[in-house]
Amino acid sequence: MQRKFTLNLLTFLLVLISFPSFAQHNEEHSEKTEIQNLSQEELDKAERKEYIKHHLLDSYDFNLFSYTTDKGEKKHIGFSLPIILWDNGLQIFSSSKFHHGEAIAEHNGNYYKLYHNKIYKTDTEGSISYDEEHHPINEKPLDFSITKSVVMIFITAVLMFLLFTSLAKSYVANNGIAKGIGRFFEPIVLYIRDDIAIPNIGENKYKKYMPYLLTIFFFIWFLNIFGLTPLGVNVTGNIAITFALALLTFLITNFTGTKDYWKHIFDPLGDSMPWYGKLPLYIILIPIEVLGMFIKPFSLLIRLYANMQAGHIVLMSLIGLMFFFKSWLGSPLSFGLAFAISLIEVLVALLQAYIFTMLSALYFGFASEDHSHHEEEAHAH
Amino acid sequence: MEKLLNEFSLGLFVWQSLLFILLLLLLRKFAWKPILNAVNEREEGIKNALAEADKARQEMQNINADNERILKEARAERDTMLKEARDIKNSMIEEAKEEAKAQANKLVEQARTTIQNEKLAAITELKNQVAELSINIAEKVVKEELSNKDKQLKLVDQMLDEVKLN
Repeated sequence: MQRKFTLNLLTFLLVLISFPSFAQHNEEHSEKTEIQNLSQEELDKAERKEYIKHHLLDSYDFNLFSYTTDKGEKKHIGFSLPIILWDNGLQIFSSSKFHHGEAIAEHNGNYYKLYHNKIYKTDTEGSISYDEEHHPINEKPLDFSITKSVVMIFITAVLMFLLFTSLAKSYVANNGIAKGIGRFFEPIVLYIRDDIAIPNIGENKYKKYMPYLLTIFFFIWFLNIFGLTPLGVNVTGNIAITFALALLTFLITNFTGTKDYWKHIFDPLGDSMPWYGKLPLYIILIPIEVLGMFIKPFSLLIRLYANMQAGHIVLMSLIGLMFFFKSWLGSPLSFGLAFAISLIEVLVALLQAYIFTMLSALYFGFASEDHSHHEEEAHAH
Repeated sequence: MEKLLNEFSLGLFVWQSLLFILLLLLLRKFAWKPILNAVNEREEGIKNALAEADKARQEMQNINADNERILKEARAERDTMLKEARDIKNSMIEEAKEEAKAQANKLVEQARTTIQNEKLAAITELKNQVAELSINIAEKVVKEELSNKDKQLKLVDQMLDEVKLN
């Protein structure tokens, strides 16, 4: 009870701390409109800022790198991905039609424009109308495009499937002993079982949650690591991804919740007090507990998102500094710094996967606790 | 918060959920279950093997203890057998000695009685011979004495004197 309350408080504080950094980002918007009358250096700076921001977001084509030719023409190296829209029927076309956001795509007589990394329906001119707060009010078709992130998720999923089925097969083929790369992954699987699942959920019930914990750990870890490669994907730093993952944890927690779990939320004091004593307390306690139900997975999604996002921003800023300094001292220094930070990021990639898995296991532990635990506590008091 | 909501893409969310759940289900069936089962089985196997080794060692110890015990018993038996044999030997010697002594005593006794008898016989014979000799001597003396009348008379007188004296 005590532990749980502190946990809720902690997560709440964590959420509070995370917010100011987002608020800062919003201000960039208004700055951008004033960019026109600035010097070349400042334009470069703005471009780098835009590049970093762009990199952090999902994109509609798989862009490996881009450069500007002598003629001042921008070249992008990569491949296009399919755009799938629901706009009075399924609309599927290649993202090459957008020309990296520089052109208006026409498909089946409809015109679409990429604006701030979102697809809007426009007319032939590609005009976008705004409301008073400078938000576009054009119609947004339902967008199920295979974006870069989706491709990376797919690649990761295939990779994981091949990796772990081969590990499973190696046990059969090799008489119960892992072989090859499985030798590396087996201790991690065992670690998740012995040091994450069993201590948090308990010997009797951990088995049910193991597939989820293992999948989520390796999924986050692999995607985090992919994020550090020059492929430049930022999948786990995307709010939609972390939201989906946290939502699953939330759903599993609440669908596997035992009677005691719900009792903990709606009747935390139990029989320790008569009902008239509990009533005034519960006016405060129950909303806190119910809020805790949502805050816990919410902290998961924000933590993973913010950490990966921040890591990418720092790393890319340091790399950007190399071009900013353009000196014999500054550039190697920022290179060294970027190198050190990428090493830390490798650690963070693992750490964030661990934390997500660990906390999910902890929440599952709350959800699956049964009466015996209560009685132990009661005896202890 | 607005930036977060703005960044949120429903399409990506749907794809992510779909692919992740699919991955979860596939991995659960084809990877995690077999892996965890294999690992569990292996651990169970190791545990069993250890328990069996322990049991074997226990048995070995028992066997050793048994051997020790049997050896001890055998030794004890040997000792008792040896002791018995020694006792029997001793008693036999003792008996033999006893018997020999008895036999010797008997022989000595017999010898003694025989000697006694022989002695008695010899004394009797000697007596008889002495008597015969005495009679012969007496006969000769008497023949000598009685060859003259004076001497016969003298003897009769003498004898009569003797009788009177009695």
